Amino acid sequence: MGNRIKVTVNGSVHEAEVEPRLLLVHFIREVLGLTGTHVGCDTTNCGACTVIMDGRAVKSCTVFAVQADGREMMTVEGLAKDGQLHPIQEGFYEKHGLQCGFCTPGMMMSAYALLQRTPHPSEGEIRWGISGNLCRCTGYVNIVEAVKFAAEKLGSAPAAGGERRSS
Amino acid sequence: MAQVHGMGHAVKRKEDPRFIRGKGTYIDDVKLPGMLYLDIVRSPYAHATIKAIHPEKALAISGVLAVITGKDLDKYGLAWMPTLMSDKQMVLPIDTVLYQAQEVAAVLATERYIAADGAAAVEVDYEPLPVVVDPKKALEPGAPILRQDREQKSNHIWHWQVGDKDATDKAFRGAEVTVKQDLYIPRIHVSSIETCGCVARWDPVEGKLTLWMTTQAPHAVRTVIALVAGHLGLAEHKIRVISPDIGGGFGGKVPVYPGYVVAIAASVLTGKPVKWIEDRMENIQADSFARDYHITAEVAAKKDGTLTALRVKTVADHGAFDAAANPSKFPAGLFSICTGSYDFQTAFAEVDGVYTNKPPGGIAYRCSFRVTEASYTIERMADIVAHQLGLDPAEFRLKNFIRPEAFPYKSALGWTYDSGNYHGALKKAMEKIGYAELRKEQAEKRKRGELMGIGISSFTEIVGAGPSQTFDILGLKMFDSAEIRIHPTGKAVARFGTKSQGQGHETTYAQIIAHELGIPEDDIVVEEGDTDTAPYGLGTYASRSTPVAGAAGAMAARKIREKAKKIAAHLLEASETDLEWERGKFYVKGSPDRAKTIQDIAFAAYTNHPQGLEAGLEAVAYYDPPNLTFPFGSYICVVDIDKGTGEVKIRRFVAVDDCGNIINPMIVEGQIHGGLTMGLAPALYEEITYDEDGNIRGGSFMDYLLPTAMETPKWETDKTTTPSPHHPLGAKGVGESATVGAPAAIANAVVDALWHLGVRHIDIPITPWKVWKELRGRGVTE
Repeated sequence: MGNRIKVTVNGSVHEAEVEPRLLLVHFIREVLGLTGTHVGCDTTNCGACTVIMDGRAVKSCTVFAVQADGREMMTVEGLAKDGQLHPIQEGFYEKHGLQCGFCTPGMMMSAYALLQRTPHPSEGEIRWGISGNLCRCTGYVNIVEAVKFAAEKLGSAPAAGGERRSS
Repeated sequence: MAQVHGMGHAVKRKEDPRFIRGKGTYIDDVKLPGMLYLDIVRSPYAHATIKAIHPEKALAISGVLAVITGKDLDKYGLAWMPTLMSDKQMVLPIDTVLYQAQEVAAVLATERYIAADGAAAVEVDYEPLPVVVDPKKALEPGAPILRQDREQKSNHIWHWQVGDKDATDKAFRGAEVTVKQDLYIPRIHVSSIETCGCVARWDPVEGKLTLWMTTQAPHAVRTVIALVAGHLGLAEHKIRVISPDIGGGFGGKVPVYPGYVVAIAASVLTGKPVKWIEDRMENIQADSFARDYHITAEVAAKKDGTLTALRVKTVADHGAFDAAANPSKFPAGLFSICTGSYDFQTAFAEVDGVYTNKPPGGIAYRCSFRVTEASYTIERMADIVAHQLGLDPAEFRLKNFIRPEAFPYKSALGWTYDSGNYHGALKKAMEKIGYAELRKEQAEKRKRGELMGIGISSFTEIVGAGPSQTFDILGLKMFDSAEIRIHPTGKAVARFGTKSQGQGHETTYAQIIAHELGIPEDDIVVEEGDTDTAPYGLGTYASRSTPVAGAAGAMAARKIREKAKKIAAHLLEASETDLEWERGKFYVKGSPDRAKTIQDIAFAAYTNHPQGLEAGLEAVAYYDPPNLTFPFGSYICVVDIDKGTGEVKIRRFVAVDDCGNIINPMIVEGQIHGGLTMGLAPALYEEITYDEDGNIRGGSFMDYLLPTAMETPKWETDKTTTPSPHHPLGAKGVGESATVGAPAAIANAVVDALWHLGVRHIDIPITPWKVWKELRGRGVTE
């Protein structure tokens, strides 16, 4: 019944036997035990499950684990490096960009993808960039501020290894 | 050394470091060895007789262990459960389903996907019955009687009324001006981004149930389980309810849903841990709904615009079970706050609760019991009356507001408002948004045929339930609690009877204790949600955490300070009466150098306590509030309407809130941003409707439109500060104010833009289609 897949998640290589219908989000959460990626809907609307796959933000509830074979992924657990928060995490902390925290990992991954392709986004571009992610708590104002914070910090810092690479 | 911040500081949140790393523990993150999974078979019909349930195909699937039906539960007396409103609700039906997506059977399996396969394979024979989805039709003679289990053969649940009917009727008969308007506040769903779920673990050796559960009220749940399942050997001292990190609640995680009960039963029967997690469609189709109020409001006034009387009649659609979460004596919640911010001499309100073929309704949607319904009603009516009389809506409000010197103010419907300065909040909002200039701009645009509207909402909330004389849930008085333990090294752990779902209690409660005791926030750990460790409390909803549990925290801290004073007197060899408190230390009057810090005192409490005094430094407080709190605010919204499409564009939205003294301004602002967005949502986007057969329209995120960052405007916030005179910290609560106040501001702005065309009211959500129809009907657009 199984298909063997090999994926790289947050820099670590994992091989596993998975059933063809296993969703990537369940692979990440249940097989790899990375529970920072959440599930909030069944219809690809809420974005709580957003991860980075080969440099692009994808909703991992709408990707089968077998489709991730051979790909490189990053989840929220991969944002901080060597104990140092990523500027996006710092932004959410500093600007009160989260409340219950459930949408936050997905929101941060969408912000990560946005800042990869648009390092200096306007407010409108930020709002568009996170419009695939629903938040019920914050009203988005402080999430936008958090992303601005991260953009400014990333823009002023020398390009650090890993964090700003594009795949 | 760590810093003491206390009240009024934008302390960064203590809970955030785990959330931004993906290290929160939400319900679906709880994973136990040998855990089984539960999935639920749901009804495709809104009303039907169950002729037969065929589990065979499901049981043939490898890994499916059992199919549980209502008949199975009935053997244990668990097919029905009590609701919080003296009604009962099916856990699993024995022979009838009453709404679409109702739980029909449950499948227990070794894996999540196999449980879902099993649920899909269960075959059920139904015989459809006549459906009634309109509560007014449900009250007509000849309507199908939905609740055959009740003695009363009618769909009428209860009648509730408040106020002086005769005096109100008399005031209307003699009124110079009367205005009447029907208002429908549609059924909506909180849709927290985390759905509901639980992990039930029955330990047959210890005879102990541990239940991880998405609940806003873990202690009350524990008691309910003990009362309902006591005959099965579940005793309250051996039930532990743990509410882990909660991914948003907003009222939707107050009720006990059937899935929880089946999971508990399945764990008890199998002796294995059982996980049940809803998917989004189950959550949005079957979990409790909010609003669904059919209101007829009438206002009497003098020609000069002085308000005199208010009369409100409402039909409340409660769905198939009255499973609302109101205090026992308040079947219509606190709807009687509907006189709002105005000095009505007399008023009368009545509500009739009705059964329909819909899921249970009547829970909150980020608002204290029915307060949005009340606030929306009076704020829409205020605008309609003002426009009708040709008065500016702001001037009209300023004329009719309860005056600042009138507080504490006794309302016509019986509440005693603790404090307020409504004129101050509205004037500040008008100044901030440039009200006079906007009116000029509107007049000019109107000449050019452009549609621009300005809407005001000057709401008064009623939160912090509540005083034990009148407030209980299932008989449990609505106090709340705090326990503080100071360790020998001066660090502290504090536990509360509430449960944060994103409100930041770990931070704000620590600030309260820091404020009272001078212990740095970083040295205080706040815990909630574990009934084995936290003191008993009624939970977090209805903006009650700061007004009730926050007050308990302050009172517990003050008890500790009293004891600390005795220890300080012993250490300083001084009389207690000679000691002064300065945050964080006691010192001898006139000799500030002779001082003992709270840390010195804590150490002494365990190493050198005075003879005759108990060792240790800890306290518990159960706080029974003397009154509710009455947060208020004035919101002004500016909209531009596209004549071609009917689209409403919010240009600006200024919110001036007054929640009394503020603990953490950053968190308060965040609460208001979120509340405003959950006010915007039902004003323009969200609505759950049903067709005549009871099929839900809007049962997924594909069809139910939660606002994204694109729809949500950039909120502008400000504040005034009018402390609550009876709260130990002068605080009032803030989590829901904006959800209560915002919908009327937006609706008023839209109607303000269209009034000159003859539009008097459009029911929320104000969709482009509804606006376009109004414009087209008046020949404004093609």
